[in-house]
Amino acid sequence: MALPGLLPDLEVLRKDFPILSRTLAGGQPLIYLDSANTSQKPQVVIDTMVDHLERHNANIARAMHQLGAESTAAFEEARDKVAAFINAPSRDEVIFTKNASEALNLVANTLAWAGEHQVGPGDEVVITEMEHHSNIVPWQLLTQRTGATLRWFGLTDDGHLDLSTIDDLITEHTKVVSLTWVSNMLGTVNPVEEIARRAHEVGALVVVDASQAVPQLPVDVLGSGADLVAFTGHKCVGPTGIGVLWGRREVLDALPPFLGGGEMIETVAMERSTYAGIPHKFEAGTPPIVEAVGLGAAVDYLGHIGMERIHAHEQAITAYALEGLRTVPGLRVLGPLDAAQRGGAISFEIDGVHPHDVATVLDTRGVAVRAGHHCAKPAHARFGVQSSTRMSSYLYTSPTEIDALVEGLEYTRDYFGLG
Amino acid sequence: MSTELDSLYQEIILDHYKFPHHKGLREPFEAEVHHVNPTCGDEVTVRVHLEDAADGAMVADVSYDAIGCSISQAATSVMADLVIGKPVDEAMAVQDSFLTLMQGKGSVEPDEDVLEDGIAFAGVAKFPARVKCALLPWMAWKEATNRATDVDLPGAPATSLETPEPRRHP
Repeated sequence: MALPGLLPDLEVLRKDFPILSRTLAGGQPLIYLDSANTSQKPQVVIDTMVDHLERHNANIARAMHQLGAESTAAFEEARDKVAAFINAPSRDEVIFTKNASEALNLVANTLAWAGEHQVGPGDEVVITEMEHHSNIVPWQLLTQRTGATLRWFGLTDDGHLDLSTIDDLITEHTKVVSLTWVSNMLGTVNPVEEIARRAHEVGALVVVDASQAVPQLPVDVLGSGADLVAFTGHKCVGPTGIGVLWGRREVLDALPPFLGGGEMIETVAMERSTYAGIPHKFEAGTPPIVEAVGLGAAVDYLGHIGMERIHAHEQAITAYALEGLRTVPGLRVLGPLDAAQRGGAISFEIDGVHPHDVATVLDTRGVAVRAGHHCAKPAHARFGVQSSTRMSSYLYTSPTEIDALVEGLEYTRDYFGLG
Repeated sequence: MSTELDSLYQEIILDHYKFPHHKGLREPFEAEVHHVNPTCGDEVTVRVHLEDAADGAMVADVSYDAIGCSISQAATSVMADLVIGKPVDEAMAVQDSFLTLMQGKGSVEPDEDVLEDGIAFAGVAKFPARVKCALLPWMAWKEATNRATDVDLPGAPATSLETPEPRRHP
C-alpha cells in the first residue's frame, strides 16, 4: 500500500527485525502493535551485543589489559553516538542510567540535597496530568521529603495541556518544571520549547521525559530548551537495562552525586572522598556495558534510516490507524484526533467491552496491544476511564497490520454480541 | 482460534458478566476490603456479613462493587453465589479449590460439586495474563472474611503469599 510518508522498502526493512517473522500459537503471524511499551530489536543490535560478549567482554575503565581497553572504547563510543544522536553539545553531558525512571529519579533525588538547585519548603515543582507514573512519583517523593509543593497542568478535553493556567502555575516559587515530550497514553506532543521559555523566565529547571519522543521524533536536546532530558534505550530499538540522562553541563556540575561507589570518585579516604567530573560522577559501579554498546548500535541504525523519515512514517501510520479506528462503532480515541499533533501511541475504549477482553481476543489473532492504565492512571481518571486499549506503531509497522487490528476489533465486537 | 477463545469466554462467564448476581454494597457487614490489581487497575470492594450458626460462623451475605473486565466481574458474581449461605469453613474450602484450579495452568480437573458455575473458569487457567482477574474477588473476600472472624492475625496473611498479583488496599 502506498501511503505518503511511509518508509520505502518497508518489507525489506521489516526483515531487519527477526522477531517479526515468527509465528504465534496456532500459526498466527505476529502483529506487534505494542512498541510504545517496548520496541523490537533489529539484527544489528542483537549481533553487536553478541559480538561484544563473545569477543570484547571485560570491565571498563579499570582493566589494564587489551580486552579492557576494547570494552572501554566500545562503551565510550556508544556515549559519543548517543550524544550525536540527540545533538548534545558535549559527550560528557550524556549519563548512562538503567532506564528513564532511574534518570528521572537521579534528578529528583539530587535536587533534595544541599546545592545551587536545592528544593525546599515554599518551593514548587510543576508537572502535568498526562505524565507516566515515573514522572509523577519521583516528584511526589521529592516534594513530600522537602516540604515543597507539587502542582500540575491539567488537560483539555481534546487531550492537550491546559496552558491557560501557565502564569498561575509557573511563578517565582517554581524550582522545577517536569513534563513529557510525547504522552505515552494520549499521544499528545507537548510544546516543550514554549513551556521551557516560561520556566526559564522564573529561573526554574526544565526536565523533559523524552521516552516516547526519542524513538519517534528528531530530538535536539539543545533546541528543546530543556535543562535535563531523560529517555530509555529499549523503546528506540535498543536493549532493556540502559537509559540516558542528558543535562546541560552547568546543571549536572551543580547537582550533587546520586549513587556512591566505584568509578564516580576522584579519590577516596576513610574520612571523605572527592568526586569525578561528569559523566562518571553519576555512574557509580559497573555500568550496563553491553546494553550501552547495544544502544549505540540502535541509534546508529535509526540515524542511518533518518529520524525525519521515521517520524514521517509514524505520522502516516498514525493517520491511517486513526482513520481505521473511526470505522469501528462505539470506539472512542483518547487524545488528539489529528495525527500531526500526536505520536504513534493511540489509546481507545470500546463501548461494552473491557480493554482486557479486547486485548485477549486480539491476542488470539496474533495482534499484540496493551490493555490497562499504561502507567498513566491520573490521565485515565481525567477522562473518566479506568483503563484503555492501546495500539502503538513504530518504523516497522505496516498498513496491513493496522487493517488486521481494525478487523480484530470488529471481530471482538461481534464476539461480545455487539455486532 | 475461536475455540481457544470459547474456552476462556464460556457462556456462563458471559452471562454472569452481563447479569451479575448479588451486586451492590449492602448492610450490615462486619468487614469491608478494597483490592486493586495494580497492573491493570481492576478494583473490587467486598463486604462480608457473618452470622452465628449451630456449627460455627456462616456467610450470611457478600456484597460488592467492582469495576473491571468480564473475567473479574463474572468471577465476583460466581463467588458470591458460591459462598453466600455456606459455613465459613466450607466457603474457605471452595476458595481453596478455586485457587488450585486457577494455579493449575489448565491441568487441574475442576469438581463441579464444589465449584458449580466456577468450573467455567477452568479455561482461564490457560491464560496466564488473566488468572489474576479471576482471583481478584476471591482474595478480597478471603481477607474480608478473615477480618470479620478476627483470624486475620498470625498465619492469616498467608493469603498474600498464595497470590502474587492482587495488592491490598485496606
